[in-house]
Amino acid sequence: MTPFDYHAPKTLRSAMRLVQEFGDDAKVLAGGHSLIPSMKLRLAAPSVVIDLGGVAGLKRVTAGNETITIGALATHYAVESHRLLPSKCSLLPETAAEIGDAQVRNRGTVGGSIAHADPAADWPATMLALDAQFDIAGPDGERAVAASDFFVDLFITDLQPGEVLTGIRIATPPENSGGAYVKMRQSASGFALAGVAAQVTLDDAGNCASVAVGVTGVAPAAYRAHAVEDALVGQGIDAVADAAAHAADGVEEFQEDHHASGDYRAHLARVFTQRALSQAIDRAA
Amino acid sequence: MPVSKSVGARIKRREDPRLIQGLAHYVDDIKLPNLLHVAILRSPYAHARINGINTDAAQNLSGVKSVVTGDDVKDVIGGIPCAATDPEGFPGIKVPHHPVLATGKVRFVGEPVAAVAATDAYIAQDALDLIEVDYEPLDAINSAEAAFADGAPIIHEDWDDNMAFTWSIAGGDVDAAFAEADHVVSQRIDHQRLVPNPMETRGVVAQYLPGKDQLNLWSSTQIPHLLRTQISVMLSMAENHVRVIAPEVGGGFGCKLNVYAEEALLGHMAKYLGQPVKWIEGRRENFLHTIHGRDQTGDVELAVKDDGTILGLRYTVSADVGAYYQLLTPAIPTLTGLMLCGSYTFKNVQMNLKAAFTNKMATDAYRGAGRPEATYLIERMIDVVAHDLDLDPLEVRRKNFIGKDAFPYETGTAVAYDSGDYTAALDKALKIADYDALREQQAELREEGRYLGIGFSTYVEICGMGPSAAMPAGGWESSTVRVDPTGKVTVLTGVSPHGQGQETTFAQLIADGLGVDIDDIRIIHGDTDTVQYGIGTFGSRATAVGGTAMVHAMGKVKDKVINIAAHLLESNPQDIVIEDDKYCVRGAPESGLTLGEIAMVAHVGVELPEGTEPGLAESHFFEPPNFTYPFGTHIAVVEVDADTGEVEIQRYIAVDDCGNIINPLIVEGQVHGGIAQGVGQALYEEAIYDESGQMITGSFMDYALPKAHNFPRFELANTVTPSPVNPMGVKGVGEAGTIGSTPAIANAVIDALKPFGVRHIDLPLRPEKLWKLMQET
Amino acid sequence: MKIEVTVNGEHQSYDVEPRMLLVHFLREVVGLTGTHVGCETSLCGACSVMLNGDAVKSCTVLAVQADGAEITTIEGLAQNGELHPIQEGFWECHGLQCGFCTPGMIIAAHQLLERNPKPNEADIRRGIEGNLCRCTGYQHIVDAVQYASKKMTR
Repeated sequence: MTPFDYHAPKTLRSAMRLVQEFGDDAKVLAGGHSLIPSMKLRLAAPSVVIDLGGVAGLKRVTAGNETITIGALATHYAVESHRLLPSKCSLLPETAAEIGDAQVRNRGTVGGSIAHADPAADWPATMLALDAQFDIAGPDGERAVAASDFFVDLFITDLQPGEVLTGIRIATPPENSGGAYVKMRQSASGFALAGVAAQVTLDDAGNCASVAVGVTGVAPAAYRAHAVEDALVGQGIDAVADAAAHAADGVEEFQEDHHASGDYRAHLARVFTQRALSQAIDRAA
Repeated sequence: MPVSKSVGARIKRREDPRLIQGLAHYVDDIKLPNLLHVAILRSPYAHARINGINTDAAQNLSGVKSVVTGDDVKDVIGGIPCAATDPEGFPGIKVPHHPVLATGKVRFVGEPVAAVAATDAYIAQDALDLIEVDYEPLDAINSAEAAFADGAPIIHEDWDDNMAFTWSIAGGDVDAAFAEADHVVSQRIDHQRLVPNPMETRGVVAQYLPGKDQLNLWSSTQIPHLLRTQISVMLSMAENHVRVIAPEVGGGFGCKLNVYAEEALLGHMAKYLGQPVKWIEGRRENFLHTIHGRDQTGDVELAVKDDGTILGLRYTVSADVGAYYQLLTPAIPTLTGLMLCGSYTFKNVQMNLKAAFTNKMATDAYRGAGRPEATYLIERMIDVVAHDLDLDPLEVRRKNFIGKDAFPYETGTAVAYDSGDYTAALDKALKIADYDALREQQAELREEGRYLGIGFSTYVEICGMGPSAAMPAGGWESSTVRVDPTGKVTVLTGVSPHGQGQETTFAQLIADGLGVDIDDIRIIHGDTDTVQYGIGTFGSRATAVGGTAMVHAMGKVKDKVINIAAHLLESNPQDIVIEDDKYCVRGAPESGLTLGEIAMVAHVGVELPEGTEPGLAESHFFEPPNFTYPFGTHIAVVEVDADTGEVEIQRYIAVDDCGNIINPLIVEGQVHGGIAQGVGQALYEEAIYDESGQMITGSFMDYALPKAHNFPRFELANTVTPSPVNPMGVKGVGEAGTIGSTPAIANAVIDALKPFGVRHIDLPLRPEKLWKLMQET
Repeated sequence: MKIEVTVNGEHQSYDVEPRMLLVHFLREVVGLTGTHVGCETSLCGACSVMLNGDAVKSCTVLAVQADGAEITTIEGLAQNGELHPIQEGFWECHGLQCGFCTPGMIIAAHQLLERNPKPNEADIRRGIEGNLCRCTGYQHIVDAVQYASKKMTR
């Protein structure tokens, strides 16, 4: 790790001021579970580190009847262990529990993971499936961007220089809704070779009124499997297998390494889409 | 040895209190005044010429004390030694000079190029970034096949090809066996390269005391004495002025049975800087520059009769040994050759080995060291024979087993198995597994499209290393047993345990043997200034060889104690017995003497029998007459997910026979850990170098060590067939689990995929491989 | 930078470089070497300590981030010379061999039992998935955690 100056602002305002002041020389530190490892490998060598850990109000998780909010600095464990989330939106704690290990979940943050946009991270899939809105603070004030517009490419997001992700808002799913996250872990790192988040709302007849499927690990950026969703809306659980076959449709470039080929990842996307949808429908019913 | 009060009991370990409280001292925990921290600059290229190195900027960094390069040390530090280069054993072997810091050329990624000593470990790392090396990259070789290809780049330019050495072994009449065979069953078998990965990486602290001209070297090593000898040679120091200490060592698995560049380099730097130095290996460094295991690829042919009787075996194999030799590199594949016959009666056997230099880290001893290759090969081939001839793999095993009455049994490779009862272990394992029910369950699940597999490994291994005649650097072991005037017992042992628990098992043997409380015994190891010369801990030898040395030394002490007791009790030595930890005349325990009372007499020196030396300490150097041959049956039950190819181990049954057992708790622990490592090889682990010679599995992000949730609860049992090789009847158990488990898992997974016509799959059995095979049919 | 921490109940203050990792701070500055370093990638868990009640990998935390925090290391578990039940379990059940992963493993078990005092075997195996052990095959570690769970919930 190369030397750097460390700043620990107490308010978002002063944090933003530091971000503007130091520009590209600075890196924003959340839980540190992406940034610190890259700095240790000297892949990142910022001269200034701005630690958001002390900023008031960024760690809160709330689960209301209308909206769920997750502060960008909330840890994975805060989501995993939240008292109300299992009933309000079980997909969130289920995803959190699949990340890394207990120590990593204690320290790593939801916002940090999303802003880092590792192609094999778990949260992007779930945020896509829940149509999350990301609140972003920047030099020109605040803006919100939908998850589906946020994940652009390998480690690239819609975040612009000088901007900081501050929180996540999710519309609380209705009563007759259910979600599931399933993944295959890369055997060494625990990251997703393929991970699929599904959130389904059923109509009175037990058919899918709405379907959202997010896929991670398969392409350079997590994506919504719209072809699956289109095939399943209006249909029941019997249509899941056929719909899931479209889970990798439209993917132009697959992630590929010695752990798994692109073909295999595409296949896993289909298998886990089927599993996630089946579970989600089961839970919605 | 009869089970008495300590031996045979599940005694909790005496080394644990310091380890569970964070009070142990590993190398990195050693603090010395004025300690400098060393960081090593390593080659980023697999193969390149070094046209120049500029260290000026690094030298000028505040806090940097010194930067050294290969040119600085080439005349003062000798080459890294290899103890297995005897041209009689390896005709025509090429032995390249192996410098501690590269000069002129680098030959693998991670090869040390320069070293920085600084006041702080962070500054030492900063300085590495400031060293400029002018590399001229060359084409790299990442496999034996590539090394032997026409026009391959030459790694060592003293020779005109990359053939490191050849080796062969033959027994019986192989050609006749193949002529007589009804079938020749062939398969190419790959033993992938593995990274040992003890949880503690390597590390060295060196301190030079100019007043005494003494070098103190703390190293995370399995072989403090062998290391001392080699370091003294490399640094041209008198061996009795070098002290090597193996402090607490956090696992080794063979990779610390070696002499490494950093050990000599730090010794040199401590001396010339006049300040103590410390180097602690990072995990990424460990992946690149601590020895690797396995990496053999060969063609196996079995000559087989219609009924499954095996007549002979041929193995033509290439070993990728890396760019240089480490301490035992050439010797490892020879152990494969010795054990090719496994538990089976065929004696016609031939192995022809070609070893290649490649642009990779050296291979050397990794848990099992050559024997896992033999066991995997023969146990896998038994199943291939069963597949090809449509026989039951169990029946093929039983048909070819060496019978229990045949021991001692000389194999086709001329090793003499000491004792065994292979059928008994197999039968016991089958009973625990409820084998018939498992096969029924398998058939039922297949109907549902679920794929259960049952795999066997009926292994035998070679342990208790070993007779000196068969070892590159001595195979004996030593011990001193001394009783202090107050009756406390101190044992000095030449073995160097690093997790195996000899501080406990050795104390158990002494407690029973001398009639003394186990808390009054201390086992000292790992300090060459304290302990007489020894060989170290590896090859499942510590108890079988080191323990035997101690038992003999203890016997000498005991003889003397009994003589003194007889004198004091006015009786004859043959009438003295130990009752309730007292030495007494048989039938008169009330007048007995404790060991302490007798020890005091021995040290006061007044009341001794005539002609008896005062004091109470004896040594013994034990030369084992043979290796030992533990064996057993492992059964794995796995399910392969038809959708994803993922393997779940549902049950794992291991019946091991390691001879007599001193501490069942410790034996279980050794077997558990061994199984986990063998499963790692079967399912997860693989060191991969790409075509440019970069290691693409160089961290825990990409190289998977097994985790807790990868395993079911292991079901363990033993049979006990004492070894006649040592008086305790022990065989050793450090490597059995690793050797037994890899083929059991492989055979189970391949059995699961039998409906898909699968005959063999190379390791590791990654989900994608299995899924693809299931797609093909 | 000046930081104040409470380590194993003792309040202390130090001046540290911002880039110093918490594990190096504990080992080199505070002098508690029971916490080990086994990798650089936050995967092995040997460096686990309790930070404000949460088990964390101290190789992935800056010392300056711990300013104001309460830290418990392996050295702080035994009280008044008496082993913590988890330490006792590791000893009784032979939950360690070389001992290098053990301090981190015990911290992970500590966190697990705080959150789930009566874990089943699968819970334990998942609970320690952030800690690698190359010696034991984990089974005796599972036994050790079960032993501690029984003792602590009795």
